[in-house]
Amino acid sequence: MAVRNVSLEVGAGEVLALIGPSGAGKSTLIRCINRLVEPTRGSITLKGEELTTLRGQALRHTRRRIGMIFQEHALVDRLTVMENVLSGQLGYTGFWRSQLRRFPQTVVNRAFELLERVGISEHVDKRADQLSGGQRQRVGIARALLQDPEFLLVDEPTASLDPKTSRQIMRLLLELADEHGLSAIINIHDVPLAQMFVSRIVGLNQGEIVFDGPTGELTSEVLTRIYGEEDWAPQREEGEDTTA
Amino acid sequence: MTASADRRWRPPPFIRNPWLRWGTLLASLAYLYLAFSSLNINWDRVQQGWSRAQTLFSGFLTPDFVSRTSAIQTGILESLTMTVIATVLGVLISVPFAFGAARNVSPLPVYLFSRAVIVISRSFQEIVIAIFFVVMVGFGPLAGTLTLAFATIGFLGKLLAEAIEDIDPQQLEAIRATGASWFQVMGYAVVPQIKSRFVGLSLYRFDINFRESSVLGLVGAGGIGATLNTSISRYEYSTTAAIILLIVVTVLILEYASGFVRARLQ
Repeated sequence: MAVRNVSLEVGAGEVLALIGPSGAGKSTLIRCINRLVEPTRGSITLKGEELTTLRGQALRHTRRRIGMIFQEHALVDRLTVMENVLSGQLGYTGFWRSQLRRFPQTVVNRAFELLERVGISEHVDKRADQLSGGQRQRVGIARALLQDPEFLLVDEPTASLDPKTSRQIMRLLLELADEHGLSAIINIHDVPLAQMFVSRIVGLNQGEIVFDGPTGELTSEVLTRIYGEEDWAPQREEGEDTTA
Repeated sequence: MTASADRRWRPPPFIRNPWLRWGTLLASLAYLYLAFSSLNINWDRVQQGWSRAQTLFSGFLTPDFVSRTSAIQTGILESLTMTVIATVLGVLISVPFAFGAARNVSPLPVYLFSRAVIVISRSFQEIVIAIFFVVMVGFGPLAGTLTLAFATIGFLGKLLAEAIEDIDPQQLEAIRATGASWFQVMGYAVVPQIKSRFVGLSLYRFDINFRESSVLGLVGAGGIGATLNTSISRYEYSTTAAIILLIVVTVLILEYASGFVRARLQ
């Protein structure tokens, strides 16, 4: 079992970072929330609504409310940037309409707005596989936001990006979550990056929560509890604040 | 002598036990010898065959397109018609089976059913299927068309299902996470990833269907094969040569055309 006995509550508008070693169950945990992975037992509620028992259309309607941003961005490579962003609206659109790419004008306007907001408005009709890593992740963010979500699940958003781009993407994510009043869980294994941007940290080890508290309490002793014995000193060095 | 002794190294043999290794080799040689000595090769007939081949091939040096022009024309046209109809029909039917036979997008019962259909279609050689259809619907191109369409289902169904199983699961997951329905997930996450392969496979099957259509005539299922068969049994080898040349040319043209389209698609 990848995750067990986990109890986690995220307040409205709250953003938390989920850290832990590879295989700790971070990805599984957030995938249980929008049911890309089926939890075997337990309960997950979004604004009081139980999610674990949903099926069919009810499940799809709930998934619309939960935007997801992926490691390696998970764009459909052979579709254009615009098509990728518009796919965020699939849950609101009929099959033929989406297949013929005839989305309502309001949706198209909103997609253009979001592309502009994340800073890639000049690449609208490029195929997704022609973009750089950072640009692709921006498209991934725009896709999630076009769902008009109440909640964001973010799975290792910076795993394939260089340090500078990682910081830009994290900053963009946090700004957007703030602008739209979104709650978010961000899986991340770059601890200093999490400390830079997020005020609440949850540590997962072998499927169990071993730490849940404000970023300031993340001491070497806590990191050892999450990741195991290691010399954590270099991570406390100054020099993380090279603003881009 | 150096301080450390030389350590011998040989690549590990495929069969470790030397008795088993050499025993297997000896047994295979003995079997081959026995198999050859049981063959009754009639050297007289081989010699006769040589002189007959000469008549056949001398006919090939003077291909005759004229004596049976209308028969050849009807045959080629019939083959092409069979090919087009059978390919379109077969491709249309095979698509749902391909999606059904891809484990990553279909539930188990649908998967098993689709795989079963594909296996049945693939387990018979075209000639065998053609014989069934000739019995069912009588001689002529209808039987041939049905045969080719049926064979196309197995071919395209299997290869397309494999293409679907090979897609990037992350893209599938991402589209599912937006709240898309099953059909939308197929349309947005699967189709873009398999589109060029689908077109390529369909064109390739078109080639194959034309070549097969020239054989099906031998069992009475229509097409140029029937004309070919007639010319051989009438010893009109010059006409045979003309037909074979036409088949080769047509296959070359189709090959070139499909290569052109596939290159444009990438």
